[in-house]
Amino acid sequence: MDGVVAPRGQGAFDVARIRQDFPILSEKVRGKDLVFLDSGASAQKPRAVIQAMTRMMEKAYANVHRGAYHLSESATEAYEGARRAVAGFLNAADEREIVFTGSSTAAINLVAHSYGRGVLKAGQAVLISEMEHHANLVPWQMLKAAHGTELRVARVTDAGELDLEDVAAKLADGKVGLMAVTHMSNVLGTVTPAARLAEMAHAHGAKLLLDGSQAAVHRRVDVQALGCDFYVFTGHKLYGPTGIGVLWARMELLEAMPPFLGGGDMISEVTLEGFLPAPVPAKFEAGTPPIIEAVGLHAAIDYVQGIGMEAIEAHERHLVDRAMTRLSAVEGLTLIGHAQDRGGVFAFALDNAHAHDLATLLDRVGIAVRSGRHCAEPLHARFNVESTCRASFGLYTTEGEVDYLAEALGKAREFFR
Amino acid sequence: MFDDLRDLYQEVILDHGRKPRNFRRLEEADREGRGDNPMCGDRMQLWVKLAPDGRLADVAFQGKGCAISMASASLMTETVRGKTQEEARALAEKFRELAMTGTCPDCGGALEDEMERLQALGGVHEFPSRVKCATLAWHTLNAALDNADKEASSE
Ligand SMILES: Cc1ncc(COP(=O)(O)O)c(C=O)c1O
Repeated sequence: MDGVVAPRGQGAFDVARIRQDFPILSEKVRGKDLVFLDSGASAQKPRAVIQAMTRMMEKAYANVHRGAYHLSESATEAYEGARRAVAGFLNAADEREIVFTGSSTAAINLVAHSYGRGVLKAGQAVLISEMEHHANLVPWQMLKAAHGTELRVARVTDAGELDLEDVAAKLADGKVGLMAVTHMSNVLGTVTPAARLAEMAHAHGAKLLLDGSQAAVHRRVDVQALGCDFYVFTGHKLYGPTGIGVLWARMELLEAMPPFLGGGDMISEVTLEGFLPAPVPAKFEAGTPPIIEAVGLHAAIDYVQGIGMEAIEAHERHLVDRAMTRLSAVEGLTLIGHAQDRGGVFAFALDNAHAHDLATLLDRVGIAVRSGRHCAEPLHARFNVESTCRASFGLYTTEGEVDYLAEALGKAREFFR
Repeated sequence: MFDDLRDLYQEVILDHGRKPRNFRRLEEADREGRGDNPMCGDRMQLWVKLAPDGRLADVAFQGKGCAISMASASLMTETVRGKTQEEARALAEKFRELAMTGTCPDCGGALEDEMERLQALGGVHEFPSRVKCATLAWHTLNAALDNADKEASSE
């Protein structure tokens, strides 16, 4: 069942081999094979990541940027090496454009505080969409309350796509200073037309922030080709550790932005009377950064690049097609969102079972899915559903697992009959 | 595929989950409470009509949630009708224990028959993330009874 997919023009993508890189995938759940379909919430870790972090702590650990001794120098080199790897991963023009944060949430909050209060003017607007994760909604609500920026919300169509006419209408008066939207929805799986959005935003004098928390895991991201101005993602969804996220922004934006958190490492000079901020990116990395996590993220990036983002994307496209076919055939199952361009995230509801009852059943047979509203309450309201179950794929997901899910859903419906 | 889940989803649970009893708004209620499970999105509103002697003359609820929370609320409304407020609170306490442990330590007591009916929900103790689905209704009942000094509405 775990077939070998050989995408055209790529080396063979051998799922069975890849699965051996992830120790947790050989764990049993209540005696059953683990079928982990919650990678969208957080992905499992390959041995390469686990070992890189352990090795760092065993052999090369010290604080960074602070000691003139060997260990501190090698830790600094490892940390800065991770920054170079991320710059390569996003095709950033300059590695100094990479700011390490604690998560996507922390990165968006950094932009909301620094760019939001320091650069945007009260009375300007921020434009988001109905399909944002709370991480790309609440910081803008907080900015609105604190700073007087307007918050506009672009609609999502019934198919689960961004309504581009509505985006255009909401940009039209030129008051939007920043458009902040997801690059891929964590509920609908929809991939948004990022390059097009960048053009639209720029034509109306707005900057574009893309929340790449989901997208960066499934597609090759080239921030220069996309033409966006800010890009954020989070390490733990990219097979890396928790506790690290990334903010990429154009150098001139980072230079114009005031610091967010104050403390050690973010200054070039301090007296009791005041401070001079350090140059970018240190300006935004106050305090001891996530050093071990940066090393883990570096290993994760090496790992996915070793397989090839194009190969990963082709494998997942295959799984998405399979899932569309299999899930559509389950009687009584409603899929939320039918975007043309989509990734491996499927939210669904059964007509005779509540999402939590369904998740309990699936868990019984080893299938881990998320149930609830997936940190996207307004989106559930938009589609008039109380809650859904969500299956999300990773590079280790197999066709057999997709089939097993579909089979279990059919049986679950019978169970509740 | 799911046969061993019949312990949790017994026929009586599925039945009450599908067709909850006393699922209506009580006009002129003496007590009212709201319960909320933000994690799951379960929500319920509960009304109590008291008899002149303070007993629970009628209890009704409305809300949205999973089969466990709906069935638990439905069974509860049937079980506490005619009870004194002290008995209802004692049942709530015992039910909480039942849901957490699967056993009811002092079920041999005065409320034995009532607890026997509620035993159908004892299976949830094996599902830690689902215990709060079963106890939501009872928390809501306690909240409603606590609203003694206020007007019928808890707003
Ligand atoms: C689209 C999207 N944005 C933001 C986040 C927040 O990520 P984190 O919790 O790592 O900050 C998530 C994941 O939870 C997400 O799916």
